[in-house]
Amino acid sequence: MNIKFFGAAVLALFTCVSSPSWAEDAPAVDRTATGGAQTLQDIMARQAELKVDETFRSGNLGADNAVPAATEALGAQGGRSDADTYRAIRYNAADITLQARGPAADVLIQDGGMRWYELREGPVVTYGGGALLGMLGLLVIFYLVRGRIMIDGGPAGTTIERFKAIERFGHWLLAGSFVALGVTGLLTLMGRSFLIPVIGHDAFASIAALSKWVHNNIAWAFMLGLVMTFVMWIAHNIPNKLDWQWIKAGGGIFGKGHPSAKKFNAGQKIIFWTVMLLGASVSLSGLSLLFPFEIFMFADTFAVINSVFGTDFPTVLAPHEEMQFANIWHSIVAFVMMVAIIAHIYIGSVGMEGAYDAMGNGQVDLEWARQHHDLWVAEVEAKQKGDQS
Amino acid sequence: MKVMLTAFVAALAIAYGATVVLGQMGWSSAEQTSSPTSVRLD
Repeated sequence: MNIKFFGAAVLALFTCVSSPSWAEDAPAVDRTATGGAQTLQDIMARQAELKVDETFRSGNLGADNAVPAATEALGAQGGRSDADTYRAIRYNAADITLQARGPAADVLIQDGGMRWYELREGPVVTYGGGALLGMLGLLVIFYLVRGRIMIDGGPAGTTIERFKAIERFGHWLLAGSFVALGVTGLLTLMGRSFLIPVIGHDAFASIAALSKWVHNNIAWAFMLGLVMTFVMWIAHNIPNKLDWQWIKAGGGIFGKGHPSAKKFNAGQKIIFWTVMLLGASVSLSGLSLLFPFEIFMFADTFAVINSVFGTDFPTVLAPHEEMQFANIWHSIVAFVMMVAIIAHIYIGSVGMEGAYDAMGNGQVDLEWARQHHDLWVAEVEAKQKGDQS
Repeated sequence: MKVMLTAFVAALAIAYGATVVLGQMGWSSAEQTSSPTSVRLD
């Protein structure tokens, strides 16, 4: 059987089995019998998880100019019933005056809250957790199939300095804080579902409080590490033609021989830019969550996306919706980063002989360096000769 | 190894320092509990 066809069939089958049914539009409903209000058909359609057009409710808010006589029903509220008023509150269309001051204080009912909650507890946890487990499974399979990538001919016994102390400090500041953020983030996202049934509410409360403190505050170390590594390594991570040769050779993972590379090969450059771009994005959404209702980015971002791609993302968002988008985006980006970093940790430790030394003590075996970064070794040796002469 | 441990300690020091600095700036969300003058939002 054609292996590509087989792979596509497996993917399609997996998608069908693991995905919830796609929301279909509910059939049109005749609401004349209820005067435009909700019908049993609407309720049944919602229960069947069909997509119900809610504009018949969000737009049905009564009217000030439809004031009945004081002797009529609804006279005290003019042309608005209690239901009209609550719908207006729900859809953030009510003119509310409050004594309470503070950000988002006038949002009494936030209609999108349940959609955010269901997305967070459902697909984000399911697909995010599945991606992490999937990557771990792939690495186990890869290790069983390929084994540890050894230094051809064995180590030379002499070393060459790969990274200075300040470079390793920046890397470990970023790496250590990222692992702490990943673990505490997963505890925050999944702890209620997976830990409380095992360890109970009291024990989880302590873990959750500690996780919150660590996650909120160690984020600054992550951002500092991100800036440090960006400044130190960007010059070595500009893509060039050599990277395409490296990619075409599959990085030399499966075949014999090693494609040429300078200080960073194409795989490392992909990790670098993944960490930098997604790290910046996760930091921005994290800052939005750290300072609630102070930093809003999604309405403006959606407006730009709509103008470029002609899409129809909402550009008027309630303060809570901004926070919810930030939360979901923060989770999704963090999962993508975790998946990439798990692979990075594997190849930098158990997956390749000699690789860990680069960040361990900064000195790598000369033969390892020649096999994986031959052009960089040539540059260093030429520079050393130049300094000596 | 020494550099790695130094970086981890630095990360914790930055985390602790962040609470002090942000607390001085009146950032209420850094607090673990609410008080009459400082309401925890998260």
